[in-house]
Amino acid sequence: MPIDKIFKDDASEEKGERARMASFVGAMAISDLVKSTLGPKGMDKILQSTGRGHAVTVTNDGATILKSLHIDNPAAKVLVDISKVQDDEVGDGTTSVVVLAGELLREAEKLVASKIHPMTIIAGYRMASECARNALLKRVINNKDDPEKFRSDLLKIAMTTLCSKILSQDKEHFAEMAVDAVFRLKGSTNLEAIQIIKKPGGSLKDSFLDEGFILDKKIGIGQPKRIENAKILVANTAMDTDKVKIYGARVRVDSMTKVAEIEGAEKEKMKDKVKKIIAHGINCFVNRQLIYNFPEELFADAGILAIEHADFEGIERLGLVTGGEIASTFDNPESVKLGHCKLIEEIMIGEDKLIHFSGCEMGQACSIVLRGASHHVLDEAERSLHDALCVLSQTVNDSRVLLGGGWPEMVMAKEVDELARKTAGKKSHAIEAFSRALVAIPTTIADNAGLDSAELVAQLRAEHHNDGCNAGIDVISGSVGDMEERGIYEAFKVKQAVLLSATEASEMILRVDEIITCAPRRREDRM
Amino acid sequence: MALAFDEFGRPFIILREQDQKTRLRGIDAQKANIAAGKAVARILRSSLGPKGMDKMLQGPDGDITITNDGATILEQMDVDNQIAKLMVELSRSQDYEIGDGTTGVVVMAGALLEQAERQLDRGIHPIRIAEGYEMASRVAVEHLERIAQKFEFDINNFEPLVQTCMTTLSSKIVNRCKRSLAEIAVKAVLAVADLERRDVNLDLIKVEGKVGGKLEDTELIYGILIDKDMSHPQMPKHIEDAHIAILTCPFEPPKPKTKHKVDIDTVEKFETLRKQEQQYFDEMVQKCKDVGATLVICQWGFDDEANHLLMHRNLPAVRWVGGVELELIAIATGGRIVPRFQELTPEKLGKAGVVREKSFGTTKERMLYIEHCANSKAVTVFIRGGNKMMIEETKRSIHDALCVARNLIRNKSIVYGGGAAEIACSLAVDAAADKYPGVEQYAIRAFAEALDSVPMALAENSGLQPIETLSAVKSQQIKENIPFYGIDCNDVGTNDMREQNVFETLIGKQQQILLATQVVKMILKIDDVISNSEY
Repeated sequence: MPIDKIFKDDASEEKGERARMASFVGAMAISDLVKSTLGPKGMDKILQSTGRGHAVTVTNDGATILKSLHIDNPAAKVLVDISKVQDDEVGDGTTSVVVLAGELLREAEKLVASKIHPMTIIAGYRMASECARNALLKRVINNKDDPEKFRSDLLKIAMTTLCSKILSQDKEHFAEMAVDAVFRLKGSTNLEAIQIIKKPGGSLKDSFLDEGFILDKKIGIGQPKRIENAKILVANTAMDTDKVKIYGARVRVDSMTKVAEIEGAEKEKMKDKVKKIIAHGINCFVNRQLIYNFPEELFADAGILAIEHADFEGIERLGLVTGGEIASTFDNPESVKLGHCKLIEEIMIGEDKLIHFSGCEMGQACSIVLRGASHHVLDEAERSLHDALCVLSQTVNDSRVLLGGGWPEMVMAKEVDELARKTAGKKSHAIEAFSRALVAIPTTIADNAGLDSAELVAQLRAEHHNDGCNAGIDVISGSVGDMEERGIYEAFKVKQAVLLSATEASEMILRVDEIITCAPRRREDRM
Repeated sequence: MALAFDEFGRPFIILREQDQKTRLRGIDAQKANIAAGKAVARILRSSLGPKGMDKMLQGPDGDITITNDGATILEQMDVDNQIAKLMVELSRSQDYEIGDGTTGVVVMAGALLEQAERQLDRGIHPIRIAEGYEMASRVAVEHLERIAQKFEFDINNFEPLVQTCMTTLSSKIVNRCKRSLAEIAVKAVLAVADLERRDVNLDLIKVEGKVGGKLEDTELIYGILIDKDMSHPQMPKHIEDAHIAILTCPFEPPKPKTKHKVDIDTVEKFETLRKQEQQYFDEMVQKCKDVGATLVICQWGFDDEANHLLMHRNLPAVRWVGGVELELIAIATGGRIVPRFQELTPEKLGKAGVVREKSFGTTKERMLYIEHCANSKAVTVFIRGGNKMMIEETKRSIHDALCVARNLIRNKSIVYGGGAAEIACSLAVDAAADKYPGVEQYAIRAFAEALDSVPMALAENSGLQPIETLSAVKSQQIKENIPFYGIDCNDVGTNDMREQNVFETLIGKQQQILLATQVVKMILKIDDVISNSEY
């Protein structure tokens, strides 16, 4: 009797050529999907969620698009994964990495069709990617020692990143903002210290960077709206009922009078706590948790500004900005470090009231207030700004920069081509293919801008034949131009991550010769 | 068929509800089982060797694994057939016992089954085949012992160990930086090895992965890495010469296990309770401080107030550390795990040179390094890589490499890889066959042929002509009487595995042969398969 199945019912198996075909097709489909968003003239996508309300997102951020797709093809999932990692690690280049991986696989497919073993292709790709990386390393510009130039580098990188996003209209404005914000971090990559507040209304131009700190909260009723030379106590403590925490404690009373007594004692306890807090000699109290009406009233009486329900990040940032420590007990007022700032006031942005802390001791944190016509615009603006901030904060640590506009790809392609000529054996086909895949990126950029990509890329290739050439595609004017003159710069770290993870991902997919899909887990609640 | 009649002609039932069951017996059962076993082996066959391909496995929840580790493939394959499950078990037991060669053992078993089928067609009784296999496996194992070489290394000269680990790693996707990974694995094993007793406790090596960076950033940390951060954002991020209190009691109000109630019925009671509560936290923190701890690592959570008190008294703390990690930290720092605050004493504190927090990438991922521990016998391999699948695969590869290094420390004997050992055994078994009178002789010859299938698969996967290559190597081995010739998978240009530095451990290879023979014997002995037809 022939054995017909060794797998469970719904499990399936695809082997050899079929498996490879399935993964190629899946990966290329994903890369084609995001391809049209690449470059300064890339288009956006509308994503509609299947959840309740069918929330709509408009974006051209590769990672965001891919994150929200429901994908069944396993190879496609690998690509989604690399774009996510790219987002986490360097923040930008999420589209490029997928497009490059897709192109590498497209080239690999042709090679496999002409009977070259996938392992040979992998070996070639590896050599090529190593060579490409070295080519980039040779051409990096490092202006770390010259703060003036370094800042302008950063500005240019920010502008390059932003020009492909919705913020491109006001890219100078936003680039300034992003650079300022990142410089305040002083080399740390902790972007949490930069708060982005979105307020619909106004236009994108009205967005601004605030040196101080803005808390999206209201000041309690009857409390001062403006405090100068504020001493701030940042706390994380229960200001509602302050339960007895000992487990199993409960109140059992047998008469109304006792209820009243206990209530009195509770109030007394709260009063005590408030008194202790006031004894710190503060005039502003910020709590992470709720503040009930009773203590709020007490604070108001003492002329202290009490802010409740500042969420956790808000508290951490506030601690960071004002230099105060987050307190939970209040018995030793002399040893708790209080935060200071020059001025606390209520400000209006649009129709909302916010609390503004200015003149803080430590300038690490800052707030960026984004204004825009709608929530969609604001969301996309936040994503774009986040990308720019990520790239900048990484560049501050690794200050090597490259030119943009397809320049790095051409440099790599040239170098890789040369390697292909020198390499003997079948590997050279794969190396050549790698260089073709690299050229696909400037081609896509040009295509997306509606330019004659074949013409431009050919010109570019000719230009690059000369050593030390800075030519790239200038999408705005639609011609080949000197990237250094136009100030189009990219971070080395982003390019390197794109190159390495795209190669790694395509290698991983190429190595697969069999796909085994398990039966999907059944929902048990149906029964 | 499953119905019998007693002496009065009444039917009685041997098998319940037999119409719902399928039954295979005799030669059909064996044929079916062999076919199933072969099917599994066929899947793995293409993953063997340095040029082996990977498999992509999609789990029931849509998650994806890409691997060429035999044990992992089989475990995730969602196999239904009973015999196929046996093969899965086989690979798993090789994984538990040796840690490497999980693909090879299945390919071997598949080849043995294939040969057995041929013998069955000749009309040889399955039991005789099984016995022949048994004899042959004994011959092979003995021969391996003879051709094995002692392998010299010591703590200062671990180059040979690195070479062996590189052989293991070269078949994985990580072979791009196999050199550095092999070094990491060997250093890790040597750090925790007890060379006197020739034992290595692999539990002391923690393999931790974090997405991001590149494979080259993978590093070995002489200490512990935990995926946690300080409980209070403003605690110091760098502690030198840390005295660590390792606690398994929460900084929270006590929760007695017996059910109880504290009734508050007067104001006084309310007041006292409140005072007690405050004192309670104070005491807890004070106790830690009193014994001289400069870092608290706790298995449980902290109350907000306790957290602040800790911060306030300048006592950094980490919360929600898992049990396994806690044990590792205790081993590494030479501390004791303390279950109650009352039992804290200065002797029970662990010591570490440096404890530091490090953040990665643009997200707020932070990890805590505990380094320069008092007892350096615990290390962490920290893997970085482009994506989650890569990390998982690297973890598996490192695990294999660690196992190989451990096996070498346990037993210094090695045999040469690249199919050389299999070819040598095949020759020995073939020669031995003639000495056995009886039907078993055929089975023994079949065994020798099955041994050939491993180098054959290697050659096939490397894109060489399998039969041509194998016969060339075989004749070379006989002519020069040297058992070191194997398949040249990497196209280096020589068949001499000594030159290529391709080793495998003796126990690993022996185990492969023994395990595969055992399973095949078991399968051959089955002559009746009864299963519920619904499944």
